[in-house]
Amino acid sequence: MTILVLADHHDGMLAGTVSRVVTAAREIGGTIDILVAGHDCGAIAAAAAEIAGVNRVFCADDPRYEHGPAERIADLLVSLAPGYDVLMAPASSAAKAIMPRVAAMLDVMQVSEIVAVRGPDRFDRRIYAGNAILTVEAQDSCKVLTVRASAFADAGRGAAAPIEPIAPIEGPALSSFVSLEASRSDRPDLATARVVVSGGRALRSKESFAELILPLADRLEAAVGASRAAVDASFVGNDVQVGQTGRIVAPDLYIACGISGAIQHLAGMKDSRVIVAINTDAQAPIMRLADFALVADIFEALPELTRKL
Amino acid sequence: MSLKIIVPVKRVVEASVRIRLRSDGGGPDIANAKMAMNPFDEIALEEAVRLREQGLADEVLAVSIGPQAAQETLRTALALGADRAVLVETGAAIEPLAIARILAAIVAEEGAHLVLMGKLSIDEDNNQTGPMLAGLLGWGQANCASNIALSQNTARVTCETDAGLETRDVPLPAVITADLRLNEPRYPSLPNIMKAKKKPLETRPLDAFGIDTSPRLRRMEIREPPERQAGLVVESVDDLIARLREADLIPSGRAVQ
Ligand SMILES: Cc1cc2nc3c(=O)[nH]c(=O)nc-3n(C[C@H](O)[C@H](O)[C@H](O)COP(=O)(O)OP(=O)(O)OC[C@H]3O[C@@H](n4cnc5c(N)ncnc54)[C@H](O)[C@@H]3O)c2cc1C
Repeated sequence: MTILVLADHHDGMLAGTVSRVVTAAREIGGTIDILVAGHDCGAIAAAAAEIAGVNRVFCADDPRYEHGPAERIADLLVSLAPGYDVLMAPASSAAKAIMPRVAAMLDVMQVSEIVAVRGPDRFDRRIYAGNAILTVEAQDSCKVLTVRASAFADAGRGAAAPIEPIAPIEGPALSSFVSLEASRSDRPDLATARVVVSGGRALRSKESFAELILPLADRLEAAVGASRAAVDASFVGNDVQVGQTGRIVAPDLYIACGISGAIQHLAGMKDSRVIVAINTDAQAPIMRLADFALVADIFEALPELTRKL
Repeated sequence: MSLKIIVPVKRVVEASVRIRLRSDGGGPDIANAKMAMNPFDEIALEEAVRLREQGLADEVLAVSIGPQAAQETLRTALALGADRAVLVETGAAIEPLAIARILAAIVAEEGAHLVLMGKLSIDEDNNQTGPMLAGLLGWGQANCASNIALSQNTARVTCETDAGLETRDVPLPAVITADLRLNEPRYPSLPNIMKAKKKPLETRPLDAFGIDTSPRLRRMEIREPPERQAGLVVESVDDLIARLREADLIPSGRAVQ
């Protein structure tokens, strides 16, 4: 098998999820190449080359790939596809726009967000907000896959693979970048963090979210997450929504504060190794799921927890 | 330019229903489940109707590909403001790639310049039909929209991404997929439900399209995910900290300050 992994990156940094996709690629088995498309992305390509098990890294470094235009990157992938049996990428927001476009252009049915590799063309994925596991066998000769990174371990580092520049593809831009309202933080990335502290509607305001959740996250060197209700109420940015329609996480420790545990929220975090829930309602669904459930008011429990850690 | 918007809508198990699997391994038991329009499609439809109400679009066509019962979903779409509806009737489960092909054929027939659709359907969680359709048509696309400003021939779309909110200009024709925060869909009013009964709803057999819809993915098995073991109710914050230290989940030994 020949496998091409599309790298995800932000702010000049390779996403931690890429190494996990390489792990999935190694389970499929074969030669693994990585494609980095961006502008001034040499350092990203260098980081990708150090992932264990990578054969070579293609670097498409060109202004037209800045800010990841899905249409152009899809064209680039389609041009490389004839050399590969498998095209895969982490199921990031970027790949969710690019990979199905590629699949359709190649007349291939994508397998979305695989959580296990059961054979070279057999994969598990979750359906119905995580409430069922579906095993599918891909019949197309070229396979297009996105990978739920939280379900695979980091591949580790190896000897640096060679990096080869590749020329951009001509063609229309179709859409153009205007602006990015980035939520910057020095915290670990939600997708690969070992600890996640999440807040829900019970936080009541942006201010109390900042006062109660952030210091605890700082103490635990954790990523910050949120329920949809908390994001809808603008306590935090959209990029930290955990759930069926947000980010999928599976950290060693997930602390849900004032979150009820709706099906759609559970879909994003129930594969966490240990779940802690703090809620005034002992009957809330998340309390039944939690490994450690603390019936308490977060306005008292969170400051105490942060202070005592 | 007159603008026609196509909004694909799917009939799915209602979002709050926790599905059960059939004991014969045949997948989710939806025979008696409450069904509804996929919530993301509802948001896409609301956006399309608002664009028409603002005079920025001329016609909103709702399309569903599915069983006869999806007529009900289309009637809801008409009650919510769609002008016309088309059901492409099939009893078979059709994969996103084939759905995208059927939609591409309808887009061509109708001469539509904008497709507004949900970013995913909450049953199969594939997240792929929108970009597939854009790829087949060779159109520009914007995924997971939380805001759309339409002017002349361009849509300025704010997209929810892993890095934050990204705004892009997409010239029409285009496919835009809707995320949760794009708008809050209205409820159908009684007069509009009555009016919807008189709006045109055309049913067409899938065969009429001459598109190969045979599945590319073989469904081998559907099973329940492993149950989590029942947890423990901890008595206090101190108790919680002790348990987490015991499990080596948080650094131990830091003195109380
Ligand atoms: C199509 C669709 C997609 C969705 N996608 C997502 C998604 O991706 N992610 C997501 O999270 N949701 C999603 N939702 C929304 C989901 O259904 C819930 O509405 C949402 O998760 C609720 O958020 P919450 O738990 O913060 O709020 P609530 O359900 O209101 O829960 C608040 C909780 O806080 C507790 N509480 C209140 N006060 C205190 C206090 N002082 N101390 C401690 N506890 C307190 C309450 O007992 C309650 O359990 C989606 C819904 C739909 C229809």
